[in-house]
Amino acid sequence: MTLPDPGTWGAILAIGAMTLATYLCRVAGVALMSVIPLTPHVRRGLAALPGSIVVATVLPLIERLGWTAALALLVAIGTMILRRSELLALLTGMAAISALRALCF
Amino acid sequence: MLPRTVAFCAQFMQLRLWCALTRARAFRFWNAMSPDPNTLPTTEKRAPVTGAGMLLGVRKVSVLMPGVIVFAVAFGAAASAKGLSFLETMLMSAFVYGGVSQLVAMEIWRPEWSWGAIAGLAVVTATVNARMVLQGAALQPWFAQYPKTLNAFHLFFFTDANWLIGTRYQAEGGRDLGVLVGAGIALWAVWVIATGGGYMLGALVSDPRRYGIDLVMPIFFAAMIVPLWRGRRGAVPWVVAGLVALVTAKLVDGYAFIIVGSLAGAVTGAFRDDAA
Repeated sequence: MTLPDPGTWGAILAIGAMTLATYLCRVAGVALMSVIPLTPHVRRGLAALPGSIVVATVLPLIERLGWTAALALLVAIGTMILRRSELLALLTGMAAISALRALCF
Repeated sequence: MLPRTVAFCAQFMQLRLWCALTRARAFRFWNAMSPDPNTLPTTEKRAPVTGAGMLLGVRKVSVLMPGVIVFAVAFGAAASAKGLSFLETMLMSAFVYGGVSQLVAMEIWRPEWSWGAIAGLAVVTATVNARMVLQGAALQPWFAQYPKTLNAFHLFFFTDANWLIGTRYQAEGGRDLGVLVGAGIALWAVWVIATGGGYMLGALVSDPRRYGIDLVMPIFFAAMIVPLWRGRRGAVPWVVAGLVALVTAKLVDGYAFIIVGSLAGAVTGAFRDDAA
């Protein structure tokens, strides 16, 4: 026996499939850790996780966006070191990238 | 060209939210996450879920609202450009409730669906949202004190923003799960309403690249490194995470690099006995 064609319900079924996949992602980590004992190693791993997620997300994106982006990020980091304000870092970084793109493209 | 730009931009917006939250006190959560068994909540009695906690959660999440609205409007506009009905667009925002995965879905959306295409979409969605597995794992010691049904409920509203709010709140000594529930529901409501607004406005998003909007997230991320910094030793897992992510991004399409890189960093941290 074969499933009937999704037909007109295709879009709704697709949304349902996405909903299920996303919810499973949301509960999977919690469910998994409830069976894994919190040994010192696991604790240290969890402690290193937030910073690792940050770096692992942003580095490949910089690589894809090119040197102008890298330069803008350095401007933002410099602002952050001097002023410790995310908002100011954002403004200087975006000013830098806008200027670089206006000049270079 | 346009959908790619939109997706790119939207990805940044979402991740930007996630990191915008750590702000100046990020280092505190870093401290609190350090491997001292006595500071972890596993042995504590669970705190009640209070209305005051939920209100606090709403307050904590309110600073993120501007970014969420922009992102949701971008999704609504992309969905209307792709030919989704208003109902479908709203259903997706209400039930999937994962910004990046929704925008990626818009790129592979089609007028006709086969079962194979639906399964493929589910797999792509799971890949994009796989970071939630790690985020949930990081907060599990806190959640474990509460009933399974409550966790099953509030995890439906779990997002990058919730993860950050929860992580920081808990690091500051907070234990009331109501904070996550309140923040989650408030963010969800705004997300859904703003999606509808974006759908109505239609093709509002022209060229986000030109104004550097696609760099919003990387800038917040880069800036966050400064308060997170705790000396070179603590950064070793990050370097590993970054290098592994770079290599993965070269070898594998899509978003796998986030997961592979993060796990590499976590494993490195796990096996450094002298970790700060």
